[in-house]
Amino acid sequence: MNIIVLVKQVPDTSEVKINRETNTLIRDGVPSIINPFDMYAIEEALRLREKHGGKVTAITMGPPQAAEALKEAVSLGVDDVVLLSDRAFAGADTWATSYTISQGIKKIAEYDLVIAGKQAIDGDTAQVGPETADMLGIPFVAYIRKIEHVEGNKMTAERLMDEGYDVVETSLPALITVVKEINQPRVPSLKGKMRAKNLKVTAWNAKDIGADENKCGLKGSPTKVVKIFPPAPRGRREILTGSMENQITTCVKKLKEQSFII
Amino acid sequence: MSVRVISDKCTACETCVTACPFGAIEMRDGKAFITEVCTMCGSCVEVCEFKAIERMEEAATPAADLSAYKGVWVFAEQHKGDVASVALELLGEGRKLADKRKTKLSAVFIGHNIKSKAKDLIAHGADLVYLADDPALKDFNDDSYAAILTTLARKHKPEIILAGATAIGRSFFPKVASSLYTGLTADCTVLDIDAETGHLHQTRPAFGGNILATIMTPNHRPQMATVRHKVMKPAPREDSRIGDIIEIPYTQSGDLRTRVIRTIEELGETVNICEADIIVAGGRGLGSAKNFQLIEELAKVLGGAVAATRGAVDEGWIPYPHQVGQTGKTVCPKLYIACGISGAIQHVAGMQSSDVIVAINKDPDAPIFNVATYGIVGDVHEVVPIMIKKIREMRG
Ligand SMILES: Cc1cc2nc3c(=O)[nH]c(=O)nc-3n(C[C@H](O)[C@H](O)[C@H](O)COP(=O)(O)OP(=O)(O)OC[C@H]3O[C@@H](n4cnc5c(N)ncnc54)[C@H](O)[C@@H]3O)c2cc1C
Ligand SMILES: Nc1ncnc2c1ncn2[C@@H]1O[C@H](COP(=O)(O)O)[C@@H](O)[C@H]1O
Repeated sequence: MNIIVLVKQVPDTSEVKINRETNTLIRDGVPSIINPFDMYAIEEALRLREKHGGKVTAITMGPPQAAEALKEAVSLGVDDVVLLSDRAFAGADTWATSYTISQGIKKIAEYDLVIAGKQAIDGDTAQVGPETADMLGIPFVAYIRKIEHVEGNKMTAERLMDEGYDVVETSLPALITVVKEINQPRVPSLKGKMRAKNLKVTAWNAKDIGADENKCGLKGSPTKVVKIFPPAPRGRREILTGSMENQITTCVKKLKEQSFII
Repeated sequence: MSVRVISDKCTACETCVTACPFGAIEMRDGKAFITEVCTMCGSCVEVCEFKAIERMEEAATPAADLSAYKGVWVFAEQHKGDVASVALELLGEGRKLADKRKTKLSAVFIGHNIKSKAKDLIAHGADLVYLADDPALKDFNDDSYAAILTTLARKHKPEIILAGATAIGRSFFPKVASSLYTGLTADCTVLDIDAETGHLHQTRPAFGGNILATIMTPNHRPQMATVRHKVMKPAPREDSRIGDIIEIPYTQSGDLRTRVIRTIEELGETVNICEADIIVAGGRGLGSAKNFQLIEELAKVLGGAVAATRGAVDEGWIPYPHQVGQTGKTVCPKLYIACGISGAIQHVAGMQSSDVIVAINKDPDAPIFNVATYGIVGDVHEVVPIMIKKIREMRG
């Protein structure tokens, strides 16, 4: 079973802070990590490979430094990596990202399953998975929390929904996105780390993947970010005072005044 | 568009370097240098006192004939035949946009045995309902939902299409946007329309809620967005409203590539936390699964839903669908009571837009107090029972 995993390098948003004076994000020293959801995608691919054999390829679109994320993937046990990097890819929104990734995947050609994270924590859009599936012309199933079984060209899996879950059957090849519940990612092995260290990451540019530059990067992106601003600070804050009993009384009274207690 | 540094004017003050939300500016040879990570958001242009950075509008890519696109559409989601509350919120918001733009509001309604509900959509603001009602549409299916919406959009050319940022909306809407080669903005919290041009200004949180971004789709139509639960207001029901219902015949072409074998409702009696007005959430501070029942009791007294931090979920005190935060759900209830929750950014990202936040924590320095409207410093095991008692007393 040949599996492709979509991996995105993101800033660790939990480390991003706001400079209250300039109202801007402080990114200094913020580490880059593999998008946490993609760690589950990598883990699930490795588990499927352990069960069914085959090969796992991680692919990312990003600047040259995104190779680091791919090396990390190798240290975890991924067989092969592909970096899609070209100035023409810069500034891509989800449409252009999906286009570029789907061109890369078409070049890899042989695959049974593509696994992506549910969403990236920097953009939180959850769109690259389904859009890539559409461009590849393969079925898409979101929010997989468990793969029940794979047989021939059919896969059965549990899809997390708002009120519970669905058991879904899909034909393969397909693209799925995974949620945190699916597994517990492993840590890199020593052997993996050695392999990663010596790895030369294959980079493909627009030409290599036969991409139409008008559909890549900023040029190919239907959406444009026109403004970025910090959220308004939250309104009045009150640390209640007095004895605990008094604090609770005041709090309950406030909730009553605001009609939460009826 | 492009952003460039005017070298002569750059004083190497590095203000832009720190201001860039994407870390796309570096110092090279003593001048600011914009790297390929740039998204042209213009933050640097605004902060530069020396006017050393400029944003240039390049000739727009030959736009499709935007004027051919008219009307506002909403995807009206239903579950087992019941119209989802988010659909009514979308109709409320869609109505406002349509009125501003002096155009029609249509709803696309897909499912089985839902015909009788179509008039509810009209009562809540729709002028027109496209109804696809067929046994083959009983279960949600990405392919068939996307095919119906894509075909309708190609034919009728709406200017805007909105869906709820729900499991279903976020799953199939991107497929539609991809097929139509248009922009899709996820998880919007504010929408505004330029009455003149019809451009939709879509504002959404990014970077775990640390910043907001306003996004436009200037040269493509339709403009598509998913909208968060609970942030838009439904329009009041008016049964006297009139509108048309157009039935769309549905024929399934070929075999389905995916199908739902069965659906399991796990939440049972409890409300989906994305739809709750009141949420009581518990964290690791509760100490045990047994103590978690305190939270459930408080939620019950208030008529609210129960949520949790990842900490509490990882302890196994409550299942994952209740997790709020970056790797869980984003909620914005009117009231959020955080009990024994430290307020880690990943948790706060999922609940900070709640109207009123009450935090109960024994550590006065817990970061949760930074986002709380009312903070009570104390032990949850003491505070919550007293709170329950006082609420009961108040009700008499
Ligand atoms: C990539 C990533 C994604 C994540 N996603 C999420 C997410 O989606 N949602 C999420 O919630 N977290 C998420 N986390 C985890 C997050 O960073 C925190 O670890 C988590 O939110 C902490 O949960 P907690 O507040 O329950 O526990 P703790 O941080 O352990 O806090 C417990 C709090 O309870 C207080 N306390 C203890 N005893 C009492 C008592 N008797 N009475 C009153 N107060 C008491 C303590 O003072 C403390 O403040 C994520 C982390 C990472 C790295
Ligand atoms: N630039 C990228 N390179 C590779 N994979 C990506 C990229 N952007 C997004 N993805 C994948 O798509 C998923 C959803 O991302 P997003 O739509 O940005 O929230 C991520 O979890 C990744 O698996």
